Amino acid sequence: MKTMFVIEAFYLACFVLLSQVTAKNSEDIRCKCICPPYRDIAGKIYKQNVSLKDCNCLHVVEPMPVDGKDVEAYCLRCECKYEERSSGTIKFTIIVYLSILGLLLLYMVYLTLLEPMLKRRLFGHSQLIQSDDDVGDQQPFANAHNVLSRSHSRPNMLNKVEHAQQRWRRQVQEQRKSVFDRHVVLS
Amino acid sequence: MESEQLYHRGYCRNSYNSIASASSDEELLDGAGVIMDFHTTEDDNLLDGDAASPGSNYAMSNGGGVASSTTHLLDFLEEPIPGVGTYDDFHTIDWVREKCKDRERHRKINSKKKESAWEFTKSLYDAWSGWLVVTLTGLASGALAGLIDIAADWMNDLKEGVCLSAMWFNHEQCCWTSNETTFAERDKCPQWKSWAELILGQAEGPGSYIMNYFMYIYWALSFAFLAVCLVKVFAPYACGSGIPEIKTILSGFIIRGYLGKWTLMIKTITLVLAVASGLSLGKEGPLVHVACCCGNIFSYLFPKYSKNEAKKREVLSAASAAGVSVAFGAPIGGVLFSLEEVSYYFPLKTLWRSFFAALVAAFVLRSINPFGNSRLVLFYVEYHTPWYLFELIPFILLGVFGGLWGAFFIRANIAWCRRRKSTRFGKYPVLEVIFVATITAVVAFPNPYTRQNTSELIKELFTDCGPLESSQLCQYRSQMNGSKAFTDNPNRPAGPGVYAAMWQLCLALIFKIIMTIFTFGLKVPSGLFIPSMAIGAIAGRIVGIAVEQLAYYHHDWFLFKEWCEVGADCITPGLYAMVGAAACLGGVTRMTVSLVVIVFELTGGLEYIVPLMAAVMTSKWVGDAFGREGIYEAHIRLNGYPFLDAKEEFTHTTLAREVMRPRRSDPPLAVLTQDDLTVEELQGVINETSYNGFPVIVSKESQRLVGFALRRDITIAIENARRKQEGIMLNSRVYFTQHAPTLPADSPRPLKLRSILDMSPFTVTDHTPMEIVVDIFRKLGLRQCLVTHNGIVLGIITKKNILEHLEELKQHTEPLIDDI
Repeated sequence: MKTMFVIEAFYLACFVLLSQVTAKNSEDIRCKCICPPYRDIAGKIYKQNVSLKDCNCLHVVEPMPVDGKDVEAYCLRCECKYEERSSGTIKFTIIVYLSILGLLLLYMVYLTLLEPMLKRRLFGHSQLIQSDDDVGDQQPFANAHNVLSRSHSRPNMLNKVEHAQQRWRRQVQEQRKSVFDRHVVLS
Repeated sequence: MESEQLYHRGYCRNSYNSIASASSDEELLDGAGVIMDFHTTEDDNLLDGDAASPGSNYAMSNGGGVASSTTHLLDFLEEPIPGVGTYDDFHTIDWVREKCKDRERHRKINSKKKESAWEFTKSLYDAWSGWLVVTLTGLASGALAGLIDIAADWMNDLKEGVCLSAMWFNHEQCCWTSNETTFAERDKCPQWKSWAELILGQAEGPGSYIMNYFMYIYWALSFAFLAVCLVKVFAPYACGSGIPEIKTILSGFIIRGYLGKWTLMIKTITLVLAVASGLSLGKEGPLVHVACCCGNIFSYLFPKYSKNEAKKREVLSAASAAGVSVAFGAPIGGVLFSLEEVSYYFPLKTLWRSFFAALVAAFVLRSINPFGNSRLVLFYVEYHTPWYLFELIPFILLGVFGGLWGAFFIRANIAWCRRRKSTRFGKYPVLEVIFVATITAVVAFPNPYTRQNTSELIKELFTDCGPLESSQLCQYRSQMNGSKAFTDNPNRPAGPGVYAAMWQLCLALIFKIIMTIFTFGLKVPSGLFIPSMAIGAIAGRIVGIAVEQLAYYHHDWFLFKEWCEVGADCITPGLYAMVGAAACLGGVTRMTVSLVVIVFELTGGLEYIVPLMAAVMTSKWVGDAFGREGIYEAHIRLNGYPFLDAKEEFTHTTLAREVMRPRRSDPPLAVLTQDDLTVEELQGVINETSYNGFPVIVSKESQRLVGFALRRDITIAIENARRKQEGIMLNSRVYFTQHAPTLPADSPRPLKLRSILDMSPFTVTDHTPMEIVVDIFRKLGLRQCLVTHNGIVLGIITKKNILEHLEELKQHTEPLIDDI
């Protein structure tokens, strides 16, 4: 299905672009300094939203718990790390994921519950049986036209979509039989 | 054997379906470019003497014969029949034919290169299309891996609570800007609310514990249920790990739809759900499948790859390297994994392309930066403490544990999967998944080590205790008094926190060992790497702490006195966890080099190569003592895939005539004569038998071999002729020769089927030892081979026959192996 492909390509492009283009939110950078216990001062973590050049003990550890002479000794034992994240990417990813999941759930509900009901109401019983039959003949020399030309003769867009969907459902049914019923693939 | 069904079922039902209404994923060829170019001079010259050496046959089929201008022109005038040269679902490809086709295409493009600028551009495009495909594959794999990582992290924390200020943040990201300054409270922040807080309004107390428990189970169950429903409704091929099937596909098998768009989408979505539901599985194996799907999809954009199954498999090898590279953050490890585990043929060109794909994927993932620390994997640890020689003893012990666990796991898992396949128990996959997820959630919640994400558990175990740790595992009893400056991690006696943690870790170990057996093989995407590494890491950490305490309390023993000073940092339990993880993973998959490279790329610890190698080798030897197969080969054998293992040696002394079909009790070999048959008779032969191909002989009197014709090609050619050519009737003569036989004047138009005839089939004599035959099949990638005696065709050996023969021999010599 070409639409799937287009969606994928679009997502890919967006992703890669977004990770560059997203403006650096001031909340998305931080400098984290971990200072172990020193004498009678307990261990602490200090965080501040400063940039890389200011990411050291002197700028981040505020208020400084020790006095002037000990500041150097204290700061030597602190470990400061600069971290950056992209909250825009995370937000975008989660929203895209949830929307795709939601669409799939809706489609699943439609396929399993609504479509049989609708079909039964609109077209009656006979068509339902025909669409579910396995069309492939046992004979290798069956006429190809039987397979291709179904009951519809108008080649417009809706029928193409319908035909593609029928083909896809037949494939999934085959796969389901191999995997779940006969257990020949994927134990 | 199930493979019987695979071979014949696919053909009988799908032959015309797949020809006429091709699956949207793999559209069949529409008449362009599939030229079976078998130029030869005269028919008679070919027959005698071509039996023995495949080499000379190979040269002949390469167009090495004299191509006289008349035959060349005539062949060109005949259009190639659309659909000839493609394969049915669940069939093996013919590597030799595909490689010939590719060489022919390349020759054509090269010969036209100098004609015009447009042809030159086309030849450039053709040469560079390979690099384009692997670049696109790397980009897509990296992007999808980033999506999976971010979404899985978020959904995992959804079981605990929500971030009120920004719903899309997980726990760690939510508390990113919080101002909690003590280490003990680093994970608490006002924006993150657990479910108990939201629903009941209170954060502590038995009521909230029960509410948290209940919400945890609810979310785990709903994620698992969603995952299995999506798999069942949309893409049943998306379940399982995927690596056994990809191994089989790369060895030349066709499974249509396994690497398709829907499988890709469903696998990505349900992998996140499965990981988030707390089941004991990982996402590395499924990431390889996802990457191979991307590779397959992109290869359809380029005719060089979409029409040639052998070239497509080169792209798939590169894609699987990209998959492991993004799973572990280990590009070189990914290439070696593709070489060692997944690929069947790995020419040097594929090596370079795989490396490129892995690098591109790793780069994309890094630029997405899912974990906010510019590392690719959650457990990147960097310590550089040295290890000592006496520590090799516990490392080797860990290797033995890894091998034992690997052997035990493989047997138990295969027994369980076999039961699922053959009994009624396997008819309820959805119920099974829900049941396993419930048990996992119920037992995992009380133990903090199993409640958390497995990747986080591994990171915690790998990390050595730093100066400011409040995790239970690092609550050592500190000995110094207040005035002495704090030094880095001397050996200290364990406090009560450590003992409690050890107990919990033991329980976690037992839980994980049992649950992984039942989880691997469920009908959701499930990987094996992370659970094995977790088991190994837990065992390693326990051993590490034990050795550490031993070194502390008995520091006057000879061993420790040599190397460990009192008050100095001697043992790093984190390193033991790493070695244990590598040992367990090696025991279950039997990887060697790729595993060592992956682990040291994972952790950055180049100093620890020797302990890693020692543990991995030990675990492989111990595991091999119980059975030579890794978990993936065992699953391949369980499913009956036609995979001819290149690593096994054939040591028996059987001859070709003992393996060939037909056997003594079978009906004689079904052959076709080169110009005697009518269309009706040919159709009769095809309808009555179910063989995949037929040898073509000169005539019934002189049974000399002309060539070999495949069933599918004959069917397509006849159908095509009946539709396109006029005058073909049931009693038209069919001829495989270059010129039509002389016929009476009123006979209907004869049908020329020479273009589908393979004039250079591989033949061996009936006295050829099976060792050589198996070697030929492995090295050349044959599908079938004819057996001749004094130039007359006696029978056929197919790949399936060889696999059956190997099974039989194994049953005779090692009856205990299958007796689990």
